[in-house]
Amino acid sequence: MAYVPLADQEQELHHPQSWLTTYVFSQDHKIIAIQYAGTAIAVGVVALVLSLLMRMQLGFPESFTLIDPSAYYQSVTMHGMIMVIYLLTALFLGGFGNYLIPLMVGARDMVFPFLNMLSYWVYLLSVLILLASFFVPGGPTGAGWTLYPPQVNMAGTPGNGLGIVFMLISLVFFVVAFTMGGLNYVTTVLQSRCRGLTMMRLPLTVWGIFVATVLGLFAFPALLVAGIMMTFDVLLGTSFFMPAVIEAGQALDYNGGSPILFQHLFWFFGHPEVYIVALPAFGLVSDVLSTHARKNIFGYRMMVWAIIAIGGLSFIVWAHHMYVSGMNPYFGFFFATTTLIIAVPTALKVYNWVLTLWEGDIRMNVPMYFAIGFIFTFIHGGLTGLFLGNVVIDMPLSDTYFVVAHFHMVMGVSPVLVLFAAIYHWFPKISGKMYHEGMAKAHFWITFIGAYAIYLPMHYLGFLGVPRRYYALGTTDFIPESAQALNANITIAALIVGAAQLLFFINIFWSLKNGKKADPNPWGSASLEWQTPDTPPKHGNWGDELPSVYRWAYDYSVPGAHQDFIPQNTPEDSEPTVDEQHFDPDHDQSKADI
Amino acid sequence: MALAVVIVILVVGSVIFHFASPWWFTDIAADWGSVDFVVDLTFWISGFVFITINLFLAYCIYKFRQKDGHKAVYEPENTKLEVSLSVVTSIGVVLMLAPGLFVWANFVSPPEDAHVVEIIGQQWQWSYRYPGADGQLGSADVKHISEINPWGVNPEDPAGQDDIVIDGPEFHLPVDLPVKTLLRSKDVLHNYTVAQFRVKMDLVPGMVTFLWFTPTKIGTYDILCEELCGIAHFMMRGKVVVEEQSDFDAWLAQQPTFAQTQSAAAPDLNAGRQLYAGCASCHGEQGEGNQALNAPKLAGLQSWYVQRQLKHFRVGARGVNDGDSAGAMMRPMAIALADDNAVRNVSAYVASLSDVPAASTIADANVRNGARIYSRNCAACHLDDASGTWYTDAPALAGMSDWYFVKQITNFRNRIRGEHSADDYGEQMVHMATAMADLEEIEDVAAYINSLR
Repeated sequence: MAYVPLADQEQELHHPQSWLTTYVFSQDHKIIAIQYAGTAIAVGVVALVLSLLMRMQLGFPESFTLIDPSAYYQSVTMHGMIMVIYLLTALFLGGFGNYLIPLMVGARDMVFPFLNMLSYWVYLLSVLILLASFFVPGGPTGAGWTLYPPQVNMAGTPGNGLGIVFMLISLVFFVVAFTMGGLNYVTTVLQSRCRGLTMMRLPLTVWGIFVATVLGLFAFPALLVAGIMMTFDVLLGTSFFMPAVIEAGQALDYNGGSPILFQHLFWFFGHPEVYIVALPAFGLVSDVLSTHARKNIFGYRMMVWAIIAIGGLSFIVWAHHMYVSGMNPYFGFFFATTTLIIAVPTALKVYNWVLTLWEGDIRMNVPMYFAIGFIFTFIHGGLTGLFLGNVVIDMPLSDTYFVVAHFHMVMGVSPVLVLFAAIYHWFPKISGKMYHEGMAKAHFWITFIGAYAIYLPMHYLGFLGVPRRYYALGTTDFIPESAQALNANITIAALIVGAAQLLFFINIFWSLKNGKKADPNPWGSASLEWQTPDTPPKHGNWGDELPSVYRWAYDYSVPGAHQDFIPQNTPEDSEPTVDEQHFDPDHDQSKADI
Repeated sequence: MALAVVIVILVVGSVIFHFASPWWFTDIAADWGSVDFVVDLTFWISGFVFITINLFLAYCIYKFRQKDGHKAVYEPENTKLEVSLSVVTSIGVVLMLAPGLFVWANFVSPPEDAHVVEIIGQQWQWSYRYPGADGQLGSADVKHISEINPWGVNPEDPAGQDDIVIDGPEFHLPVDLPVKTLLRSKDVLHNYTVAQFRVKMDLVPGMVTFLWFTPTKIGTYDILCEELCGIAHFMMRGKVVVEEQSDFDAWLAQQPTFAQTQSAAAPDLNAGRQLYAGCASCHGEQGEGNQALNAPKLAGLQSWYVQRQLKHFRVGARGVNDGDSAGAMMRPMAIALADDNAVRNVSAYVASLSDVPAASTIADANVRNGARIYSRNCAACHLDDASGTWYTDAPALAGMSDWYFVKQITNFRNRIRGEHSADDYGEQMVHMATAMADLEEIEDVAAYINSLR
């Protein structure tokens, strides 16, 4: 590729002048990444507490009196919205995207450092507006994280006044922040790769974040316009999404709007959003698995194309969230088909992760536990997606606990396990310290087994037909007493898992202070971010000279090499290069005895 | 190593959990067995994949764990393997998808001869409409909705006059006859679900949606709303009774046509006044109530509310619980009324009494806390000024006896009132009353309501 890398024109760095510009209004991608991550995790803790309140209500409805129906629906809403947007999206892209992209592509910083800084501060503003909605009269909106009209704007829904307005304004700011960050990530990947680093030599982390960001740049505008139109409906009395309706016996002054139009806009954003979270997780986990298995990621090219294919397909499956919405039922044929097609590239990724372990030399380091835990939960969550994607099966299961269990397995537990894998994996590089092994392992076991104890039984409540978003089950002719007992057990598991997250926080803070000094490349990783002259990397990342890359990021256990990995910046003449050979399908067939 | 063992345990545990679980699909009561077939097929295919991949994963973790002198094999790609895995996966996906699409083709095309029932949803109630003798539903629109026309049937449309209308949570269907249900909402999104029928669909204001099925099993089934529709979403319940055609016909014949509901004669206030003489000894000449006799104030209540409660006393939906001694005194008085017409007349008379707010009996309560609880949980039905509304069947609270309010909320909380199957929507109050954590909070709310008159 005949590009003139920005790397070749020595980039003018913005050098911090003071403590304030070094640590607060910093333009260094690494500081911004940590700011993003810290904010996202902090607001994520709020969402975690909300989920525990809901679980207490569901598990012990008779004795737990802390939340009323309004507070329950407000918790449902804020938990979902925070987890999906303000935690996962922000942490994967604003956190890991910011930290790893420049390091992995061998750049000194993002292409637009000032814009990058602005992105964080606007994100922080959106978080503060969101949190402020807890304190406005009526509290935050309780319409569910999907914010479906018309109820979002009507008297039977908590927070129908200022709560929903704050939510919509916060979302608008989030989209602005994401766009500033996203343009940066895409441009940096395309323009700032160091010499020798072709796209097909990039670590899958960069591929995952790159494609996810492109998805976001196309998907978030749908949310933005839906949010703005809804704000008009709420504040100005327009009828984009509001049909003629009765509120507590009185006709409201709306006419002709379409609630289903909002659902289309929301899910046109909402489904790609699933992959905006999942693709970075796919990338990060691939790199963790490969490094600790001491083996190249299996089927690299297939993995890249799968990421791209999943990203593309994710724009034409959105209405599988709407099978029972009352849209034209003929859409079901199309969306069921596209949805199940997406299972093929997704399954291939799973096969390739497992095949990466095959004939590896697996080091059971802490990140590896979380990465393998992810494979398990993702298989589970992916397979239940085949139920809900198939329009006919969605009929009995839609709006039940099966849906709750499915998306928490695939979009909650799985990405969160990857986040922990990634945090433990890159912690030595980011902080220069090692984490506490014992605490980290305890954290893994409780989180992994506990999460399964929460969500496996929940699928069965769904088979039974227990509806989601119910403050209390009440009496029905088909839900037995035992379902309540099961709910209580799920709640206990949830409380244990919730409490176990303290181990993570204690570990991080303890290790920052008391952790052993970390080796610059403790895992023997081949990718570029581990080859920085300083640990943690200093401003500008690479000292005097930018690195050059001579091979892909997965040269592990190369026959004839001096050690079991070859860093990407090792020239061809000092270590064997089999890099190009991995494009030859017949290569090493003799060893492929599976 | 430990992780390999745990993964095997989780896989085996999942299988055991499946076979031991009492939580599974309800017995099907409609002819959508084909849906269950596709579910089962998908369950076993995906279950097989789940077990296979995870056991292979565990095997890899065990077999290729780090050992001295062991080195990973360098193997970037294996095209043959990758292609064959893609093909096998695609075949599996087609196996699951194809039958699903065939069943869906059936779902999107209701039979021509299916009979039609309209199901109407609102916050947090159901109502129903059948085409009358002309076999045709009249047009409807939210702009026609009023206290006497809660269905919104167009009064000008001749086709609507003979429509049979039900203003209550229960409707009936004949067994073994395909039915196409038309779904309509008056306010927000709702979802019509009967777990035993397997199919569900949203009700969307501004449009009419549908689903169809053939009920195959005689019985009474719960209707649940499964689309979040506001704070009482979880308590929006209805009932569908599936019965023999002859029973169905007999039931339908008793239901009023739309024209009958619109032309009903006004209640007879004079007859009501005479009947009220029996009530006045406890409730007072002007319906002002008498706490010493456990008789609440009646003046100020809406007639439909009085009427409904008298019916509840008459059928034993109220006043039969051991904990409700005052209700037990009321029950024979209600039964003494001759018929539904007498109930209607006396209720109308009660509603016509001049309303003087009752004296407050609650001192030092936390009115601010009461206001918080009321506005978050009660106002959606009883309105901000606690005047109540026919729309949600919520009676007036402001100006009524506060001691009676405290007593009734306590009864709801203790499940003394509201859980009887004939007490339509009574269970809503059983659960909404939990918004008040204890007696103190109930009094806070009562004090706030006192401040509203």
